[in-house]
Amino acid sequence: MSKSYRELALDGLWNNNPATVQILGLCPLLAVTGTVVNALGLGLATLVVLMGSNICVSLIRQYVTDAVRLPAFVMIIAAMVTVIEMLMQAFTFELYEILGIFIPLIVTNCTVLGRADAFASKNPVLPAALDGFMMGLGFLVILLILGGMRELIGLGTLFTNMQLLFGPMAADWQIQVVENYGGFLFAILPPGAFVGLGLIIAGKNVIDKRLKAIQKARASDEPKVSRRVRTTGKVS
Amino acid sequence: MALISSTSPHTTVSNNTGAFMRQVIYATLPGLAVLTWQFGWGTVINVLWAVVVALVSEALILKARGRPVAFYLKDYSAVLTAVLLALALPPTSPWWLTLIGVGFAIIVAKQLYGGLGMNPFNPAMVGYVLLLISFPVAMTQWIAPGEAPSLAQSWQLFTGQLPVDGLSGATPLDTFRTWAGNDSELASHGILDGQFAGLGWEWVNLAFLLGGLYLISRKIITWHIPAGFLGGLALPALIAWLINPVRFSDPVFQIFSGGAMLGAFFIATDPVSAATSRSGRLIYAALIGVLIWVIRSFGGYPDAVAFSVLLLNLCAPFIDYYTQPRTYGHNKANRGTNSAKQGGGS
Repeated sequence: MSKSYRELALDGLWNNNPATVQILGLCPLLAVTGTVVNALGLGLATLVVLMGSNICVSLIRQYVTDAVRLPAFVMIIAAMVTVIEMLMQAFTFELYEILGIFIPLIVTNCTVLGRADAFASKNPVLPAALDGFMMGLGFLVILLILGGMRELIGLGTLFTNMQLLFGPMAADWQIQVVENYGGFLFAILPPGAFVGLGLIIAGKNVIDKRLKAIQKARASDEPKVSRRVRTTGKVS
Repeated sequence: MALISSTSPHTTVSNNTGAFMRQVIYATLPGLAVLTWQFGWGTVINVLWAVVVALVSEALILKARGRPVAFYLKDYSAVLTAVLLALALPPTSPWWLTLIGVGFAIIVAKQLYGGLGMNPFNPAMVGYVLLLISFPVAMTQWIAPGEAPSLAQSWQLFTGQLPVDGLSGATPLDTFRTWAGNDSELASHGILDGQFAGLGWEWVNLAFLLGGLYLISRKIITWHIPAGFLGGLALPALIAWLINPVRFSDPVFQIFSGGAMLGAFFIATDPVSAATSRSGRLIYAALIGVLIWVIRSFGGYPDAVAFSVLLLNLCAPFIDYYTQPRTYGHNKANRGTNSAKQGGGS
C-alpha cells in the first residue's frame, strides 16, 4: 500500500479534511449545523454512508469497468443512503424530520463519491474502510465544532434536544451556558454558518502555519551542528 | 507675511485620509443635533460609545494582524464607521447592541478583508444588517418624534435598565407601510403630516442634506452618487404616486424619510466600496435608490438603505468594468461580448 494506516487517519482528520481542506459537502455542512444534535445526526449518517460505500466500492473494484464506474458507485451510495434514511426514520423520527431533505442529499455529497472514486476504487477493503471512516470522522468533527459554535452563540446552550438522537435519557444533557440569553439570530441563520466555517478554516491554517514554522526551526537547527572548521570566526 | 518661493501649485490644504474623514464626521453634526432634538440623547451616547468600541477593536485587530496601530488609528476611518453606524441605530439602542454592531463592522467587515481600502462592503452597513437580522425587535424601536426622553431616561435605555416599550413609537415609514392603500387610516395618523414630509424625520433628513451639501462644497464627495441615489429613489416613487397616491407615498416623503439622506450623502459615497468612474457612480447610486424604493414599497422591511447599499457594493466591480472611461488618445475599451464582435480593444 502506498499509504500507511496512520497516514490515512491523519489525512481524514487533518491534512485532507473533507470540510476544511477539500471544502466538499458544504451544502449539508452549512445547512444543518444550527445545533450540536443536528450536526451529530447528519455527521454520523454521512460517516456510515461513507464507510459503507467505500467498502462496497472496494469489493467490486475488480469487476466494474472504467466506463460505467461512476453510475455503479452512485447506485451503491444511493442504496446506502436509503438504508440510513430508513433507519433514521425508524429509530430517530424527530431528528429525521428536522434534517429532512439533507439526509437523501447525502447521495450528492461530493465527499462520498470523491472518496469512492479517488480511493476506494483503487485500494483493498481494509484501507478503503479506514479511509471512509477517517474522512467521515473528519467531516463529523467539523460539523460538531460548527454546530457547537452556532448553538452556543445563537442560543446560549449546548447539547440541547439530545433526546432526539439518544432517547429520553439524554433529555437533561442540555447545558445552559449563558443564563437569560436573548439569542443571536445571525449565528443560527445561514450567514452564521459561512462565517463560522470561514473562521474554522482560518484557524486550521494558522495552526498549520505554526506547525510548519516549528518544523522549519527544527530542520534549520540541524545544519548548525556543522563540523566544518573555519579559519576565522567562531564555530557555530 | 511669508513669501512662498516655490513655483505653483501653492496647495496649502493637507489632503490626507484623516483630514477627509474628519470633514465627513463634522458634516454629520447637524444630523446628530437634529436626531438629539427629536429623539433625545440616545444617539449622542451611542455615537460616543461606538467611537470607543471602534478604536479599541481596531487597535486589537491591528495588533493581531501585526500592523502599526497608531498609524491606522490616526486616519479616523474607524471613528467614521462608528459614527455612521451609531447614527443609523435607533436612539433606544442598549450598549451591547452597539458593541456587537461596531465590533463586527470593524473586525470582520473591515479588517478581516484587509483593512481600509480593501473592504468590498461598507463596514457600517454590514454591522447594521448584522444587527437588523439578529435583533429585529431592538433594531426597530424608534422613539415617537417630539417625545424625546430626558438625558437620564436615555442613559437608562442605554444601560438596559429601562424597557423601551413605553417610549417607542412607529416611524413615518412604518406607519405608511402598515396602512398603505387605506386612505382614512393614513389621514388619521398625524405622524405622516409634517411640514413637508414625515413628522420629525423631515428635519433629520434636512440636516443630513445640509451636511451632505457641505461635503460637496468642500469637494470631499462629488454630486454623482447623491444625485443618482435620490433620483433613483424619487423617480419610481413619483411615477407610482401619480398612478396610485393612496398605495404609494409621494417622492418628497420618500427622500425625506428614514435613512435616505444619510444614505445618499454619507453611506453610499464611501469611496472604497462604491463604484469609481463618474457614469459608474451614477448607475451604482441610481440602482441603490430604485432598490430602496422597491423594498420600501413591496418588501418586508420599512427601510432598506443598508440592504440596497450592500447589494450594490457587490455589483460595484462589475459596474466599474463596464463603465471604464476612455483614456485620451485611446479608443473606448471593448468590454464583455462586444470585444469579440468588434475585434478587440485599441
